[in-house]
Amino acid sequence: MNATLPVLETQDLTIRFGGHVAVNKVTCAFLPGTLTAIVGPNGAGKTTYFNLISGQLAASAGQVLVRGKDVTRLPASARTRRGLGRAFQLTNLFPNLTVFENIRLAVQARASAGLSLLTLWTDRRDLMHVAGIILDRVRLADKHETIAGALPHGDQRKLEIALLIALEPDVFMFDEPTAGMSMDEVPNVLEIIGELKRDAAKTILLVEHKMDVVRSLAGRIIVLHNGMLVADGPPAEVMASAIVREAYLGQELDDA
Amino acid sequence: MFGRVLSGDYPRSPILTGALLLILFVLAFAPFLFTGAQPLNVAAKICVFILLVASYDLLLGYTGIVSFAHTMFFGIGGYGAAIALSRLGPSWAALALGIVAAIAVAGTLALLIGLFSLRVRAIFFAMITLAVATAFLVLASQLSGFTGGEDGLNYTVPELLRPSFRLFAEPIFGTIVNGRIVTYYIVFFIALAGFLLLLRVVNSPFGSVLQAIRENEFRAEALGYPVVVYRSFASVVSAVMAALAGILLALWLRYTGPDTTLSFAIMIDVLLMVVIGGMGTLYGAVIGATLMTIAESYLPAIMGSLGKVGAGIPFLSTLLSADRWLLWLGILFILSVYFFPTGIVGKLRAHWQNKRHGTAQRQDSSTPGDSGNTRPSN
Repeated sequence: MNATLPVLETQDLTIRFGGHVAVNKVTCAFLPGTLTAIVGPNGAGKTTYFNLISGQLAASAGQVLVRGKDVTRLPASARTRRGLGRAFQLTNLFPNLTVFENIRLAVQARASAGLSLLTLWTDRRDLMHVAGIILDRVRLADKHETIAGALPHGDQRKLEIALLIALEPDVFMFDEPTAGMSMDEVPNVLEIIGELKRDAAKTILLVEHKMDVVRSLAGRIIVLHNGMLVADGPPAEVMASAIVREAYLGQELDDA
Repeated sequence: MFGRVLSGDYPRSPILTGALLLILFVLAFAPFLFTGAQPLNVAAKICVFILLVASYDLLLGYTGIVSFAHTMFFGIGGYGAAIALSRLGPSWAALALGIVAAIAVAGTLALLIGLFSLRVRAIFFAMITLAVATAFLVLASQLSGFTGGEDGLNYTVPELLRPSFRLFAEPIFGTIVNGRIVTYYIVFFIALAGFLLLLRVVNSPFGSVLQAIRENEFRAEALGYPVVVYRSFASVVSAVMAALAGILLALWLRYTGPDTTLSFAIMIDVLLMVVIGGMGTLYGAVIGATLMTIAESYLPAIMGSLGKVGAGIPFLSTLLSADRWLLWLGILFILSVYFFPTGIVGKLRAHWQNKRHGTAQRQDSSTPGDSGNTRPSN
């Protein structure tokens, strides 16, 4: 077993919107058991980079590799089945289904049970059981019958994370998981991500603005600026580099 | 046990439960409850349309697909049985061949249309189905050597199903059980079985995925569900059930023509039945199909007698004339959509839920077409 092979790589990954290059030749590899924070100013291309990896956008040039296999031409659903799991920045749920039904959809996607037409989903006790565990884990058990669209914002963010956990991906992609959450809800989310991080087989990518969150979780930071990768390394090193200070981090570092 | 038959999907409203039981009872005993041909005709038509509308709701209400080709699949079923019976003679083998061929053609065509066109936006898909259905209608009217053209096909059904056939020598409850009644019960039980099968499909893991696609196809794709494949499968199931409904109608009428199966008037009827009953709930199909079929069958007669009452008054007599029944049906439709946007079933369920909990209830309706953009605002 070779643990040092990257589970996910991007090679010269590029997307152009008209004349604007939103992500510009980003080459980067992610190893199992690591948590990488992706930082950069607004409009730097962080979410676009995520969309290229998980397949919501099609690359103009370059490649996305999962365990060395090219997935650049695959649709989002096929990439998810190859182990890339994605949570979204803007909450992106099934608004008229209950919390439990939302989670169950992710659980049954993981179990590839979606094409059984004649079993009742209530008979899939195995799936119901897993969904119940995840419900507890994100502390939404008391709201399992609530319609997702009627949840308060913080709970919708938790459900968003629950859907990602339920997929049991090899690569977890969190896009600002704590955005818009109240201060007392943030530790809860960090705890969940911390738990995932302890699993040596999992790779976590995290887009995050809050530098204290980044420092407490990340073993590595990459910095995007104008679509280009401008810095890559351990947090202390990256935060100390001149180019990063200039591009983005100045203010947060002064505060620290 | 009862819960399993209903796939755990209960009516969730006492009024609705009562209405459904009443419909079930009347349809189950229609041959013994009424005399004369018309009530049994209406009952058989209701059975056929419940299956047809329920299969359409699988597309429109559950998956959020707008298709105008549903009557095409209905017609494929009808013509499949009709052509087989008229060419090969009134045998069960001919009928079986017709059924198998119709279901195979309907399923294949639905799969092809789905795989080729369900990638495009909902509005374009609707246009494509409209084009295909129109082409099919023209084809059916032009290939008169094969389909009977505008005149359609008259044929003889197997002996067991003919009016002259007697199942029992003695009348049962004062009714002679002839081939028509046997045919009625075949229609009734197959429609019932088809409906319960669809109820199971919408409550299966597959059914959940369809609703997820309706709610947010972008996220369904991100969870690993290939949306085009699921939509195409839903179209196939829906098309096969519609073809089955067409076969039942062909057996009942002993006639199949463009006006009984393929016409756009029927497509609009089906749409109205889904919307009036309530999208995204199969019980809505039962309520919608029953109400509309009864209205269409009896409104002209009621209007006729009302027209006689108002004969002396100049303007009123015009309004109430039997020819104006469509106008009144239109007004009924507008009123019901205005007052019950979630359909009758949606309204009844919301009413009961408010009564019990007084809390915010599930919005059972969703507008097809905007399914990809449904995002809660942050």
